[in-house]
Amino acid sequence: MESRIQKGARPDTMLINMGPSHPAMHGTFRIMLELEGEKILNAEVEIGYLHRGFEKTCENKTYFNLMPYTDRLNYVSPQINNMGYAMTMEKMLGVRVPERAQAIRVLMSELSRISDHLTCLAAMAMENGAFTVFLYMMKAREFLWDVIEFTTGSRMTTSYIRIGGVRADLHAGWRESVKTAVAETRGVLKDVHGLLDKNQIFLNRTRSIGAISKEDALSYGWTGPCLRSAGVLYDVRKAHPYSIYDRLTFDVPLGDYGDNYDRYMVRMREMDQSLRIIEQVAALIPDTAPAVAEEGLEPTEAVRLGRLHKPAQKVRLSPNLEGSEKDRYPDILTADAPVCVPPKEDTYTTMEGLISHFLFFMKGFGIRPPKGDVYFSVEGGNGEVGFYVVSDGTDRPYRLHLRAPCFHLLSALEQLIRGRFLADVVPTFGSMNMIGGELDR
Amino acid sequence: MEKDALIGEIRQRFAADIESDAESLGDQVLIVRREGLRAVMSGLRAAPFDYAVLLDLTCVDFLATENRFEMVYHLLSLSRNSRLRIKASLPGGNPVVDSLSGLWKNADWLEREVFDMFGVGFTGHPDLRRILMYEGFEGNPLLKSYPWRKEQPLVPLKD
Repeated sequence: MESRIQKGARPDTMLINMGPSHPAMHGTFRIMLELEGEKILNAEVEIGYLHRGFEKTCENKTYFNLMPYTDRLNYVSPQINNMGYAMTMEKMLGVRVPERAQAIRVLMSELSRISDHLTCLAAMAMENGAFTVFLYMMKAREFLWDVIEFTTGSRMTTSYIRIGGVRADLHAGWRESVKTAVAETRGVLKDVHGLLDKNQIFLNRTRSIGAISKEDALSYGWTGPCLRSAGVLYDVRKAHPYSIYDRLTFDVPLGDYGDNYDRYMVRMREMDQSLRIIEQVAALIPDTAPAVAEEGLEPTEAVRLGRLHKPAQKVRLSPNLEGSEKDRYPDILTADAPVCVPPKEDTYTTMEGLISHFLFFMKGFGIRPPKGDVYFSVEGGNGEVGFYVVSDGTDRPYRLHLRAPCFHLLSALEQLIRGRFLADVVPTFGSMNMIGGELDR
Repeated sequence: MEKDALIGEIRQRFAADIESDAESLGDQVLIVRREGLRAVMSGLRAAPFDYAVLLDLTCVDFLATENRFEMVYHLLSLSRNSRLRIKASLPGGNPVVDSLSGLWKNADWLEREVFDMFGVGFTGHPDLRRILMYEGFEGNPLLKSYPWRKEQPLVPLKD
């Protein structure tokens, strides 16, 4: 079928495709362009290449089971999605989350936010020819992901934040790895400021290109760093504080012109603020006895001794192994009964524990919120990540809708590149941080 | 309460078009007649209410009920720092509602998504066609009557 742009095209212009698989398209995404020389007369954006039916799938999964699907929305900052979904359900169920878990969540989502911004800016800088910046930022991201990986057991799709708390406590020695990550990221940000801020090549491709007015940004439903780059003060963490954000000190950086350069600068300065938050939160989290014995029997040795009687010493287990965290549960998971997975220690050793395990996972049991609907949002890497959940009283959502910040950003792309040059598409698109998983769901 | 006063003011202003209001877990909800939706929305967007941002627009399919589809809008006012949920019911037979694409620019894509996923029509939309699914896809995937595991494509693969 003819697309809109084909129908309206003038006979003397050239129609070209950027994408669906183009090196500058972060994911699969297509822009059809009508060109006169290098000038873009008209543009049409086509999305949906990564549509996986997230919302339909969620209608057929229990509230607990659909958590891993939320990782795959904005897959660069999965913890923020986890947190958004978990907090939506907590609002619906009226669950209170322990203090320590709240702090860990904030720590994790700020780490994710920085890695999200780093990824966006690294790719944007690389597409503008600054490959060094790309490598520097990827290096910083590795240090952040070290913290995430040691605690959650995986780098990207973590499913770490759960309804009612978090999956496990922070790993032993987290304070040092957070400190390293913060120091390394600060160093990289300083270097990148030095490389790009006054770089004429970068300025030529970003200053006053892809500019959006305040009114248009609001009309397109923009949120997050892109909206703030246009000079509008709206940050969910400040406007509707959730978790412990109201107790933390941080600024919300704003831009002036809403162009590519401002979007770059707002993200850079936001990372500074996130680092500040991380330091504050790290100070708020008290040290506790490690959940897993650092010194203790090797698991194989424990099994050998266990044939005769249960060994008295603690067993040295991996912190990510199931069945070693019951002691930590009061701090990291809510006590409200059917919301969290019962501790594995009980499931494997007592009849009651096994029953409560089944009562959690059996079809028709588990988490069953009351009838009604709820909307809750958190500040994601790209803007307001909102979940709208309709419950009919059963164990799976009747309808689950994601407000994807990317979707709103990208709907403005056609307008931003119209009348500009072909080469302006790349930095404009790059500064918006399109994430396929979230855009197409 | 300030919130209640605001709802009262809105109800008074659009008395003919608003069926009822409710509170759902601390969020304010207005239920609007579908004929009056555009009028209410454009009134809410302007001063003094100043709901300048259309945060979200979606639809829910209540298969068994008479008014099968429920449009759900989330508005945000920056000056009041408050959100508002607007709902409008549409009949199952001919689900059509006024498009808001003249009021908010992001309504264009959001309404295309609802059209794609639910088959709801929007009068006054400039370019109503599928957005996430491809040309030639049959049915509307988020309808409750669409089987979860149904497999398409019905478009033949190219050699």
